Amino acid sequence: MNYFIESIAQMLGRTPAKPLQEELKVEVRQIYEEKRKHKLTKEELRALEEAHERTRRRHKWRNRRWATLIIVNLLFVVSYYLDVQLVEGALTASRVVGFHMADLNSALQVMLAYKHVVLNLLIGTVTVFLLWVLLGGRTFCSWVCPYHFVAEFAEKLHVKLADKKWIKPVTFHRGVRSVFYVIFALLAVVTGYTVFETISPTGILSRALIYGPGLALAWVAVLLLFEIFVSKRAWCRYVCPIGLTYGLVGSISPVRVKYNVVNCHHEGDCRKVCEVPHVLDTTIRMRARDVDVPIGADCTRCGLCVDICPTDSLNFEFVGSKKLG
Amino acid sequence: MSTDKSKKPPLSPVRREQNRREFIRSGVLVGGTLIAALAGFVPIAGGGTHRLRPPGALKDAQLSERDFLSACIKCGQCVQVCPVEAIKLADLADGYGVGVPYIEARAQACDFSCDGLQCVLACPTGALTHSLNYPSQTRMGFARVARPDTCLAVLGKGFKGQARGADFRGELRFDEVDRWNPIPVADHPYDLELCDLCVRQCPIEIRIAQCEDGKPPSGDQNQCPPRHAIRLQPVGDGKAMLPIIEDGCVGCGVCEMICPVEETVIVIDLDKTADTLSA
Repeated sequence: MNYFIESIAQMLGRTPAKPLQEELKVEVRQIYEEKRKHKLTKEELRALEEAHERTRRRHKWRNRRWATLIIVNLLFVVSYYLDVQLVEGALTASRVVGFHMADLNSALQVMLAYKHVVLNLLIGTVTVFLLWVLLGGRTFCSWVCPYHFVAEFAEKLHVKLADKKWIKPVTFHRGVRSVFYVIFALLAVVTGYTVFETISPTGILSRALIYGPGLALAWVAVLLLFEIFVSKRAWCRYVCPIGLTYGLVGSISPVRVKYNVVNCHHEGDCRKVCEVPHVLDTTIRMRARDVDVPIGADCTRCGLCVDICPTDSLNFEFVGSKKLG
Repeated sequence: MSTDKSKKPPLSPVRREQNRREFIRSGVLVGGTLIAALAGFVPIAGGGTHRLRPPGALKDAQLSERDFLSACIKCGQCVQVCPVEAIKLADLADGYGVGVPYIEARAQACDFSCDGLQCVLACPTGALTHSLNYPSQTRMGFARVARPDTCLAVLGKGFKGQARGADFRGELRFDEVDRWNPIPVADHPYDLELCDLCVRQCPIEIRIAQCEDGKPPSGDQNQCPPRHAIRLQPVGDGKAMLPIIEDGCVGCGVCEMICPVEETVIVIDLDKTADTLSA
């Protein structure tokens, strides 16, 4: 329960606290103690890394994820183009072989603004809720959202520019996303319009793919430019209420990434590739409270950390069954 | 997580300054994003109906489409089911109407060739009201003869050829050609003594026999009595006729689309419907 509350609090904006010595389990303390005795040199670390098979297939999860994302979005496009009625609609709401599906955040905005709920929308919302509980919540973000996909390339550019010191990356307080969430919900209730939908790059991109491009893509371009030149992954990290909605769903999901402290060298490669590095705070030396630590609700299950970890310390798990993949 | 606040070391002045700046930056981010979001209110600020909407689009008694804009989840399922592809999705310039469906009647009007109001059935949120059963119950707008002086019928002229020229992409269902499939208007030339295209193609048909029995379908009196929602009325002595819009008009825009005059003699007004006329 503690884990659950802390995971949500961190998603809403709390900075992960460094645990006190006595909060760590005895086994973990012993593991850290052992590690301190046998400190590895840089050369040894690199040798270990190279010996590990993962380094040779570093993009396993990323490739699976991109393939899924592209296929899901193409299904909408192709289904409409060929008029086969397999997947009708867009990511905000659709019918998959006749079954209603509604994006949880879009549905929420409509319910708050319109203040009526028709049965079809309720059916679609419940279906999608159950689906993402099963699949991991923010899995939507990294495995389906088309903006996430383009933002990954913006992130690469941003990192390059930052490495060359051509730009000075800017950060914001993570809690600002929770503020946005409340504001957008209130705005929907008060104004009676789905204010967020107007600027949601997820909806804009999904519709542009299916129904053709429009002026709205300029807004997406503005967001991407902001992420390239000013702040890394700013929309997903600090603004998007869709992520928070699915994060809350994911907090009770059995699909998550699990950290095991035993072989970890605490180099922090995982935190560098992570969209939401606070969820990997536990991988810092002396911060894991237990030998196995589940990663928090804000995790998008993108698998970049799983791919990059040279020691297999991060893995997907389906709670109650063996590790995935 | 029992982190005792008193045990935390006090923040260094540098760290505190960093936090202060981050807080301010975050405030600016919120402000900036909200300005962008609230700019969406500008195009719709005046109320009313901004464009011709698909059948069943929610409207209140003042014809404000506010409920329609809030209920629409912007998924475009109505676009996908329309057999004549009359429905388009609005762009960013429409503010909170971004991603909301509309119809450009002159280019492609809704001719109800799906019969069953497919867009209404497809709508997952009821933004296109599910309480609509027949085309004749639709209230999209109301036709108006805006330029009677150029109307071919008023001038007593006939019409020969393709209604909107060979390049026109719009489609219509012609019962006598194919009851089930719409065909391009360009593939259906006319040869008329007196132009009556708006009357001829008006898709709002009134069931004459049922009306004579006093039993209009679903008890909807709007379906009686005229056969179409437009008729021609003689003016002057010659064969000149003036189109008259009947109360059964739903504002679907087929007359606006088929009118062979450039620019169109008939337009659809959005500030009235059959209901507001009779009220």
